Amino acid sequence: MIPEIGQFLLLLALGVSLVQGVLPLAGAQRGRADWMALARPASYAQFILVALAFVCLTASFVRHDFSVLYVASNSNSALPLAYRIAAVWGGHEGSLLLWVLMLAAWTAAVARFSRSLPIVFVARILAVLGLVAVGFYLFMLVTSNPFDRLIPAAADGRDLNPLLQDPGMVIHPPMLYMGYVGFSVAYAFAIAALIGGNLDATWARWTRPWTSAAWIFLTFGIGLGSWWAYNELGWGGWWFWDPVENASFMPWLVGTALIHSLAVTEKRGGFKVWTVLLAIMAFSLSLLGTFLVRSGVLSSVHAFATDPRRGLFILVFLVIVIGASLLLYAWRAPSVGLGQRFALFSKESMLLVNNMLLVVACGAVLLGTLYPLFLDALGMGKISVGPPYFDTVFALMMAPLLLLMGVGPLMRWKQDDAGSLARRLRWAVVVAIVAALAAGWAMGRISPATTGGLFLGCWIVAAIGVDLVERLKPRAGLGGSVFGRARLLPRAMVGMMVAHLGVAVFAIGVSMVKTYETERDVKMGPDSSTEIAGYVFRLLSLKDVQGPNYNAVQGRIEVSHNGRVIAMLSPEKRIYRVQNNPMTESDVDSNLFRDLYVSMGEQLPNGDWIVRVQHKPFIAWIWGGCLVMMLGGALAASDRRYRLRQTRSADLPAGAGAAR
Amino acid sequence: MKPRHKRAAIALGVLSAVGVAAALVLNAFNSNLVFFYTPAQIAAKEAPQGRTFRVGGLVEAGSVKREGVTVNFVVTDTVKAVPVRYEGVLPDLFKEGKGVVAQGQLGPDGVFTAREVLAKHDENYMPPEAADALQKAEKMRNQMAGTLAPAAATGAKP
Repeated sequence: MIPEIGQFLLLLALGVSLVQGVLPLAGAQRGRADWMALARPASYAQFILVALAFVCLTASFVRHDFSVLYVASNSNSALPLAYRIAAVWGGHEGSLLLWVLMLAAWTAAVARFSRSLPIVFVARILAVLGLVAVGFYLFMLVTSNPFDRLIPAAADGRDLNPLLQDPGMVIHPPMLYMGYVGFSVAYAFAIAALIGGNLDATWARWTRPWTSAAWIFLTFGIGLGSWWAYNELGWGGWWFWDPVENASFMPWLVGTALIHSLAVTEKRGGFKVWTVLLAIMAFSLSLLGTFLVRSGVLSSVHAFATDPRRGLFILVFLVIVIGASLLLYAWRAPSVGLGQRFALFSKESMLLVNNMLLVVACGAVLLGTLYPLFLDALGMGKISVGPPYFDTVFALMMAPLLLLMGVGPLMRWKQDDAGSLARRLRWAVVVAIVAALAAGWAMGRISPATTGGLFLGCWIVAAIGVDLVERLKPRAGLGGSVFGRARLLPRAMVGMMVAHLGVAVFAIGVSMVKTYETERDVKMGPDSSTEIAGYVFRLLSLKDVQGPNYNAVQGRIEVSHNGRVIAMLSPEKRIYRVQNNPMTESDVDSNLFRDLYVSMGEQLPNGDWIVRVQHKPFIAWIWGGCLVMMLGGALAASDRRYRLRQTRSADLPAGAGAAR
Repeated sequence: MKPRHKRAAIALGVLSAVGVAAALVLNAFNSNLVFFYTPAQIAAKEAPQGRTFRVGGLVEAGSVKREGVTVNFVVTDTVKAVPVRYEGVLPDLFKEGKGVVAQGQLGPDGVFTAREVLAKHDENYMPPEAADALQKAEKMRNQMAGTLAPAAATGAKP
């Protein structure tokens, strides 16, 4: 009965989203206040309906209802409760349900927190979101219904993919989807503004917090995915340039460009046409990501769908969304007009270069990701693009980006003077060079690439320091203590500094790991030992372990450094009973400056094991950097000027927020 | 400089920067394309030596031999086979009789030295490259059977 209720709720949600997508839009065109007024209640109703449907599916998992095909394929009576709940989005159908749930949640949030916006604008935004939802409901109901029955019911389920039985997996997809789907809000704002012809600084101010929020979730989702792959796949790598990773990274790159371009639109009224295009691109890439990941064209842990109808449906959906958006764009954009002029040496120019680098980098990733698929689709042979391509291109694009990240925030809008800027930053350059060389020297080996990366990281930190010192200097009309003045700094500015600091931390982590990591695959029996980077790994014993739904061999490995025992690691090799799949469960001893990573390979006929031991200096900084970036995004999004009432902001002349 | 000239200079600068970036990207792209060959193609000497490529198919049953960290096995498309050598930890789902894709270089002795071995995350899932190799081999066998069958029929007549 519960699955049928869920199915019915989904059908109702489809109906409501149709109303939400059509009537308010028509009402906004014709000036019918009663039709526009439908947008908000429809959004809330849609959210409640799909949330209840989600609860129905979750209930089927919790109650072990193996008469539901999706439950039977992704769960098992021995699966622990937490993973049964996570299994709701462990497969194709359920992850789509999660997608529409997220979309409905964002939509309801926009409906709730848009009180200060004109109703015409809100109606259009919610209608665009409703139309996107219609597409996804149809996709789910036509090709991938999570509530399909299995008759006769299975005696037991086929279990959740063992790789997905990990705490990281419980939160990785929801966070990533929050990010993906979050860009639909920026997209809806852009489309609504295109239709209404009100692309201006106010529109940019309304869009910014939503874009930042989506970006925070996407950053978290990607970082978490990387951390999960590092811990769970047993190879010790943190980024593989796998097409699926690229699919989530491309919207991130464009979304980052969008955040910066929105700043120009809000503060200077410039880049408007470009900003809209970025918003359309960010959401299109999110959809493309869904298509790539869900269509089964990619070989990956994420590829579930094997039904070609599904891939076709998403492809058609993608073409309609992108095609319609670009048509609207081509029609309306020429009438938007340009912003204020700026000199070659100005903050605007820096942000323009930032945008170009990010978009070119995204284009390069797109090329490397899609080209093999195109060749394959055209029957011109199978190829793949190696990680060295992505590494090279990224070093190429990111080096100037990071260099400018130090300069840009200190520059003035409209026009600045190169000489005075160089004077302001001269100490930052010296500090960065010294710090980079010192770090290389401390690690015992100086390589040009790493020194470059470290220099860029330290340079950003030093430049932020200069910026902060200048802003906290006592000025006319701004007395009080340093702390008093610090408290007066706008949140958005502090957010920017913190986010850039996160990038610096990330860059330092990547540089250190890339150059100084060491790994070794060794044959180990009880009481044998091996050494890397001064750490001695000794295998003490091997024992059999029983888990709830797996059997495992567990090694106990003692790690010592300079004769002192510092850690005890217990990696496992598990065999999951239902699917009879082996799984490597690595164990990691982690601190701020290095990870010691141990995973078990396979057993040799004489009982010894192949063990992979790795030393990864500074790898925690990679994820730490992501967290700091997120914190920066959160600070920026919570700036109080975004929460000011429309009446207030309408009183101010356009661009009044531009004062630095 | 007049403003008009200045704008032209900016446009030119931006265009050339994008041009240089595109050239560098495409160059890196071109030198990092990894092609795929089936065991049959390798047997027919179509695969290059000294350049990294991928080979895919099934791990031949009974072919996996370990000597310490080094492992030797045979990848087959059921018609032709190629011996592979690999050093290190194999992926969890590497199994005899299952699909596999190896990336590496072909040596002059005909042994493929793999730098990377990919087996996929689902037991029912066949890597597309491996599936492709098997399909091609199937086609070839059918063609051969097609040409051989009439001969066999005529041979059986007397």
